[in-house]
Amino acid sequence: MSKEHVDMNTVVVQMRDIVKKFGDFTANDGIQLTVHKGEIHAILGENGAGKSTLMNQLYGLIKPTSGDIIINGKKVEMNNPRDAIDVGIGMVHQHFMLVAPFTVTQNIVLGTEPTKGISLDMATARKNVVEISEKYGLSIDPDAKIEDISVGMQQRVEILKALYRGAEILILDEPTSSLTPQEIVELIAIMHNLTRDGKSIILITHKLKEIKESADFCTIIRLGRYINTVDVDTVTENDLASMMVGRNVAFKVDKEDIEPGEVVLDVKDLHCLDYRGVEIVKGLDLQVRKGEIVGIAGIDGNGQTELVEVITGLRKGTSGQVLVNGVDVFNKPPRFGYDHGVSSIPADRQKHGLVLDFSIEDNLILQNFGDEPFSKKSILNRDEIFKYATNSIEQFDIRPGNSEKRPAGTLSGGNQQKVIIAREVQNDKDLLIAVNPTRGLDVGAIEYVHRYIVGQRNKGKAVLLVSFELDEVMSLSDRIDVIFDGKIVSSIAGKDANENELGLMMAGGGNKQ
Amino acid sequence: MTKKKGVLEFIAEHRFLHILLSILMGFLVGAVFLVIMGLSVGEAYGKLISSVTNLKGFSYVIVYSIPYIVVGLSVAFSFKTGVFNIGAEGQFVMGSMAAACVGILCSGLPGIILIPLCFIAAMIAGAFWGLIVASLKTKWGINEVLSMIMFNWIAFYFSNYIAGIPAIHSDGTAEATKNVAAQARTLFPNSFIQRFNLAPTFNWGFIVAVIVTIVIWFIIEKTTLGYQLKAVGSNKNAALYGGIGVNKSILTSLGISGALAGLGGALQLLGMGGRISVFSSQEGFGFAGIVVALIGCSNPFGVLAAGIFYGALNYGGSKLNLVGVPTQLISVIVGTVVFFISISIIFERLKYVGTKLHRDTPKKPAVPEKAEGSDKK
Repeated sequence: MSKEHVDMNTVVVQMRDIVKKFGDFTANDGIQLTVHKGEIHAILGENGAGKSTLMNQLYGLIKPTSGDIIINGKKVEMNNPRDAIDVGIGMVHQHFMLVAPFTVTQNIVLGTEPTKGISLDMATARKNVVEISEKYGLSIDPDAKIEDISVGMQQRVEILKALYRGAEILILDEPTSSLTPQEIVELIAIMHNLTRDGKSIILITHKLKEIKESADFCTIIRLGRYINTVDVDTVTENDLASMMVGRNVAFKVDKEDIEPGEVVLDVKDLHCLDYRGVEIVKGLDLQVRKGEIVGIAGIDGNGQTELVEVITGLRKGTSGQVLVNGVDVFNKPPRFGYDHGVSSIPADRQKHGLVLDFSIEDNLILQNFGDEPFSKKSILNRDEIFKYATNSIEQFDIRPGNSEKRPAGTLSGGNQQKVIIAREVQNDKDLLIAVNPTRGLDVGAIEYVHRYIVGQRNKGKAVLLVSFELDEVMSLSDRIDVIFDGKIVSSIAGKDANENELGLMMAGGGNKQ
Repeated sequence: MTKKKGVLEFIAEHRFLHILLSILMGFLVGAVFLVIMGLSVGEAYGKLISSVTNLKGFSYVIVYSIPYIVVGLSVAFSFKTGVFNIGAEGQFVMGSMAAACVGILCSGLPGIILIPLCFIAAMIAGAFWGLIVASLKTKWGINEVLSMIMFNWIAFYFSNYIAGIPAIHSDGTAEATKNVAAQARTLFPNSFIQRFNLAPTFNWGFIVAVIVTIVIWFIIEKTTLGYQLKAVGSNKNAALYGGIGVNKSILTSLGISGALAGLGGALQLLGMGGRISVFSSQEGFGFAGIVVALIGCSNPFGVLAAGIFYGALNYGGSKLNLVGVPTQLISVIVGTVVFFISISIIFERLKYVGTKLHRDTPKKPAVPEKAEGSDKK
């Protein structure tokens, strides 16, 4: 990537020897960061490495224990985000802060509304918003309500909000974590538009591919310490990964060849409706056998979410059969499917996977609290539950340790996912369904999750993997079924798959078999 | 981290302190009103305290607190399990009317049978009232809060109707039911009451309330039923995913909650009046139960303490007239306390910031996962 848009002579942000201590814990230990005008600078680190702590200091949310923050050559002291905004820093948080029933325009001008006399001048506001959105190629509908637009659009609104307030330096915190692949492509284009215009972008992420695609420089942080700042063009994804976790990371999961056994999951001519009442799964057939990982590849919205919901009993289908080990679980409650061999890692770990207010030990027994040894005659056996949790925490490396009684909501995303995996793997059912199992996780955690999924397959279990990460589907699956418009349109062996061909089939083209 | 943040964080993490602070605020605001009215704060609060800190006064407090505790438990139980039982008022009325009918019509039975029978009738009536609303919710998705408020009024008029039936209605001129059979009353023996100079209505109800507190605590904390109900209350989706029947849980929860409110009605009837007047307005025990559940943080033992506190306020408040202070002062105090507890949303936010900070300051620095967990929340 050429760096002509970067003005190497103008340093806009410099953070020097930043140390941030919380009590006797050092979250940032001598971090250095230099960002030039027009540059996209990625900050890479595992969950808990101290990226957000660093950015929160740059955005005035917390103050460094020691070290200097220099903006446009001037040393600044920021007490709150207001001060950061005043020196031209804008931040787009991972979770958007928008008012859902308000329009795009209302959200963007919120707090800095133009006025005419004592009344709001929404016409001018709308004009300003349209101007700024055209200037940076961020097309949006200024009159749409936030609750009606997609997550990708909401993110644009957040970016526009920062630009509207005069941001020259944009901090994007995990901007792609909830975007679809197409939206990610669009976001990267937007970022390049902005840097061409002289804005600088700081990108917090743990997705290596996106860094390679978009960033100019990358600063790596590990365990709160500064590791290195590299020119992205001169390193490989592997280099970045090993700098991030401090060891070599296996991207490709090793799996031995196994001859798949008998059919565990057999979906026949399945039909179901989506939330609007429109048919979305249209006569789908699918088989998963013992010792086999079947990956479903497809663009979001082609029926994969509903398919899984029907199999797990969360959604009623209109017709068809879902046989698990020969038993039809179609339109039966989730418990029935569970009792007949279905376990699953749900797509939304906070909505379906965990009771966030519950402790880890209570989350680990979500399906089994009624069985011995966890309870006897309807009385819970707290000692056994605790013992089980202690074992699980150790075996599945759930951090922090000794956290049996800690609410699941206080864990990091990766560790929340480990709790679910610990539960579902130990439930040890014949069929494991995993939906976007590594969403939002860093490479270390991803490797870990993948190991367990392959482990289940090696134990002779059937695994159905649904993921929007094509790389993940390709590296794990023994067979890839492509879903398009509510049907499986092609089925290819995992080792024969290539990204282009799959992409074509996912879009409804390619060879149908 | 500034000192101030530390204190707020500490309060946010200790619900108990937060409640105490809210109560303190209640008395503070009450004092402001007293000053505005030109009354002596010392005299008013002095009277409030002195009237509940002698044996006789305290025995009154205990008697007053019985229905508050039991109805408070009813509401708290529903809170814990994710439903808001605003219909405890109606269930209470149904319970006391059922107990009255049994107590009047089965007057031939000995007390040892009649009293439990009254309790059971009251619990069934209360549970039935709760279950109607629960099934409206589970079958047709009708909002339980709205239907409960309506069912409170249905219970109100139904009770008045029953009280007018000749077999139930008082033989005299009183606009009330007959008295329940004497052996159905749960009063302490007269000699005991006189010997210690206690409130004339001092009754066994308090013992029942304490037992019920322990039972409810046990159900919530120690049983699979409690686990199940709490799971549904905290995250319906995950509970369903985990194979727990959500509708069944809602029915169970409101059934138990209704039975408790009904029992509260029976305890009040058999312990205090012995008969039910024709109402001219709702008595408000159900609503008091909401206040008590709030103050008690929905924790059974917290509710027990809150019920006694609420009883003390009400009894002490009734004595305020003696020093020329309007009884309504109590409403000001209670209103303020509820207000400050209800803005717990702000405290919850603080708690969130608190946990974030807390996670940022782990005891063992060797565990990096904690430091930045905040970005994953």
